[in-house]
Amino acid sequence: MQFPILSVIVFIPIVTAVIILLIPQDRKNEVRVTALAGATFALLLSAWAYFSYDIPVGGYQFLEKYTWLPSLGISYQVGIDGMNAPLVLLTGVVMFTGVLISWGIDDRPREFFAFLFILATGVFGVFVALDLFMLFFFYEIAVFPMYLLIAIWGWKETREYAAMKLTLYLFIGSVIALVGALAMYFVSGMGTFDMLALEGAGFSADFQRLWFPFVFFGFAVLGGIFPFHNWSPDGHVAAPTAVSMFHAGVLMKLGAFAALRVGIMLLPEGAKFHLPWIILLSLVNVVYGAYIAMVQSDFKYVIGFSSVSHMGLVAMGFATLTRNGMIGAGVQMFSHGVMTALFFAVVGMIYDQAHTREIPKLGGFRKVMPVVAIAFIIGGLVSMGMPGFSGFIAEFPIFMGVWASHPWIAIVAAISIVITASYIIRIVGRVFFGNLPEEFEHHVHDVTALDKVALVFLSGILIIVGVYPAVMVPLVESGVDKILALLGGV
Amino acid sequence: MFTGGFDPVNILAILPEISLIVLGLLILGLDLALPEERRGILGWVTAGGLVLIIGLALAISRPGSEPILLWGGMLRHDWLGFAFKIVFLFAAAITALFSMDLFDSGRRGEYFLLLLAATLGMNLMASAADLIMLYLAIETTSIPLYILAGFLTKDDKSTESGFKYFLFGAFTSAVMLYGFSLLYGFGGTTNLYGLSQAFLEGGLSIGAILGSLLLILVGFGFKVSAVPFHFWAPDVYEGSPTPIAGFLSTASKAAGFAVLARVMLAVFPSIAVEWGAIVAALATATMTIGNIIALAQKNIKRLLAYSSIAHAGYALIGIVAISYLGVASTVFYLIAYVITNLLAFGIVALFGRVAGSDDIAAYAGMSRRSPWLALGMMVALLSLSGMPPFGGFVVKFAVFAAAIQAGMVWLAFIGVINSIVALYYYLTILKYVYLYRSEDEDKPLPVSRPYAIGLTVLSLLVILIGTVFAPWFSVASSAAAAIFR
Repeated sequence: MQFPILSVIVFIPIVTAVIILLIPQDRKNEVRVTALAGATFALLLSAWAYFSYDIPVGGYQFLEKYTWLPSLGISYQVGIDGMNAPLVLLTGVVMFTGVLISWGIDDRPREFFAFLFILATGVFGVFVALDLFMLFFFYEIAVFPMYLLIAIWGWKETREYAAMKLTLYLFIGSVIALVGALAMYFVSGMGTFDMLALEGAGFSADFQRLWFPFVFFGFAVLGGIFPFHNWSPDGHVAAPTAVSMFHAGVLMKLGAFAALRVGIMLLPEGAKFHLPWIILLSLVNVVYGAYIAMVQSDFKYVIGFSSVSHMGLVAMGFATLTRNGMIGAGVQMFSHGVMTALFFAVVGMIYDQAHTREIPKLGGFRKVMPVVAIAFIIGGLVSMGMPGFSGFIAEFPIFMGVWASHPWIAIVAAISIVITASYIIRIVGRVFFGNLPEEFEHHVHDVTALDKVALVFLSGILIIVGVYPAVMVPLVESGVDKILALLGGV
Repeated sequence: MFTGGFDPVNILAILPEISLIVLGLLILGLDLALPEERRGILGWVTAGGLVLIIGLALAISRPGSEPILLWGGMLRHDWLGFAFKIVFLFAAAITALFSMDLFDSGRRGEYFLLLLAATLGMNLMASAADLIMLYLAIETTSIPLYILAGFLTKDDKSTESGFKYFLFGAFTSAVMLYGFSLLYGFGGTTNLYGLSQAFLEGGLSIGAILGSLLLILVGFGFKVSAVPFHFWAPDVYEGSPTPIAGFLSTASKAAGFAVLARVMLAVFPSIAVEWGAIVAALATATMTIGNIIALAQKNIKRLLAYSSIAHAGYALIGIVAISYLGVASTVFYLIAYVITNLLAFGIVALFGRVAGSDDIAAYAGMSRRSPWLALGMMVALLSLSGMPPFGGFVVKFAVFAAAIQAGMVWLAFIGVINSIVALYYYLTILKYVYLYRSEDEDKPLPVSRPYAIGLTVLSLLVILIGTVFAPWFSVASSAAAAIFR
């Protein structure tokens, strides 16, 4: 029997969480080291799975299937293909760096890491799930720890409000999608939640057109689609640094991925019917999100809205239903995940030192924390879609896809690149260059070595994918081909 | 209709009930024989005895796949009754554990005896196949519970709650009895399965049957605390001893559902469409009103009372579906609900005893006082709100699935929206437990041994139901098969 690598990846975090909970409360360093060990293990295994995926063979690999509730056709079934392999790797990366960045958490670190790791299990589970019930099961596991993580360790001003808003939004979305999934289950008459089987269920066009919006939007809420994006900037801002990284970096991809996996791939006729107008919503995301980001004065809100804007590009890429658009969206999910994790890490580091995030009050941080400044600039270049960075590899195909299907939308969307450049350059100029305000002179110090490791690691990934796209693009292409086959070769 | 001669299965089937009586006599004897300071072991004897009875029942009294009528058609030995019996015995064992530290020592004997008597009544309710048996069983359950609710005679709230429960109970049971007598008049028999035959053969006006069914529903609605027969629940839960409130909200409610499922589905298939619509309306009102009023509660026992009203609504969805999957999902739902709610009430009982308050605000700083207890609270509340990997998720999934299978997508949507409202107030409690600080947070929160055992078992079971669901669901399916064969 082959080594059940995906199951091990899914269950490492929760097992680590249980071990952490068993450590006495005051042994904070043991808690941190255990967390780091678990995260490193998960990262290595996800990298192994990613690099040993056999692209020429294609399809779902590392398959495992165990019956779970046979009388209802529920099974535990996992596998990765070109679409979710990068996301599994992304989760490993963000988990690892998130632990490094959270080293300084002093209030109940045991509970913090335990909840964070339960969340990670949920995320891994959704990405590798090939069973519809299992997908929901892990999806909910990924949602509820978020509430506690934000409400307990978040920013005092808004955490209660933001945590509740976020949880309710996401829960509403998921349960509505759940009703849609149950409808699929019963209408298919196949008595199984196996998504590979349901792909061939042959739902009638009317059924697909009716249920597609429920399923798609139910999940896309978590992907931050307009007009249901409202929870996301509030949630990002209120969350503690590692949770913002997880949240914007990984959880939003969860929404986009599930909308793709359940909405577009199981209801392709519905997708073809509805996506042409949904692309307009994603256009609003892209342009309006970028515009709102530009006018914010709070550093973290800028990044929060930039996530809304960049996730709009993912939705737009899917909505083009073209090969290029989908490849771009697939790479963008990974690229944006790493990039935004980097951004939120930087914001957290600056806030920890300066105790403010008001851009006008900051300045000159390049002098005290040069590594952070360089990392942010790299992230900024990714965000603007500069060649040589992963953002270009992701966004260029998306725009090609949009141009091929809706030229005028491509033109409007391109405005967002200019706006993005303006807010990124403004932050770089205001926060990192200029003079360090006097009040910060003495008590602002450079970040710890662990923080630097995390930043170098994240920026390194962004450059590698940008300089050597072959490390990711062919893989995503193989996944997209399958989706296009389901869509009937659009 | 029933077997002539004597068959040993008659005894085997009611072995749990016989053992309950023996255990009750043992408790009474020990209560007399033991000196006052040693009566602390009565709780252990009760709980241990109940666990033994569960083991005995599982080993010997398991019904076969074919249901049989016993004792002159009074009882039906089937999986529906048996599954519920195990649930009641388990809930009673846990309640006995949780009750151990509550009272001044002199009065414990009759407390545990009453608990056992109520459990006996519930066991008979779950398997009763005859109107007379059913009524007697319901009264055998209710009367001890009235006394238990008012057991703290020095506490005005407790006596008020006992009295209120008694008045409501007596009233609704009188209405229900009237319904029973009408059914006997129309059908010419008191046997449930005989009545079903009589109604199916026709010749009776739908209005007459429906009218008597409505009268019966009053009694059942009271037992499961469905809107509009729910008014007693918050007051009674608030005033009665917390373990008893837990018992009322779990075992007593589940017993109501056992009867409801059996009577509605076995006796009235001829008017299934009509009562389906009525119960669907009840389910909608119960979920919605329970959840909305729960939002405004400041006292945790009242909040849990309204939440348990709402949960009756979700469980009714499975009945409304009138299908195999529907009954299976209701039974499955109740198994998970009973365990989860016992956990929640257990923590409330423990916390209320130590902290001296049942206000939600008193829970501030709980996670700093006792991280494990806080974790248990989280498990209970998230399971109640329907989050995986806890039991509440998969059972909600099952009832919504049953509704959609029956073509009632609207009912599933109402259930879904309600679970969002519920999530809000459960999370609000968690906010107190984990987020808010309080001046008392340095005070320890000692957990005595009976609580430690009970709470650990319950928490593990909640997670077990939520992750390994096949065995539980197959029990629930067998119970459904006892009705739909």
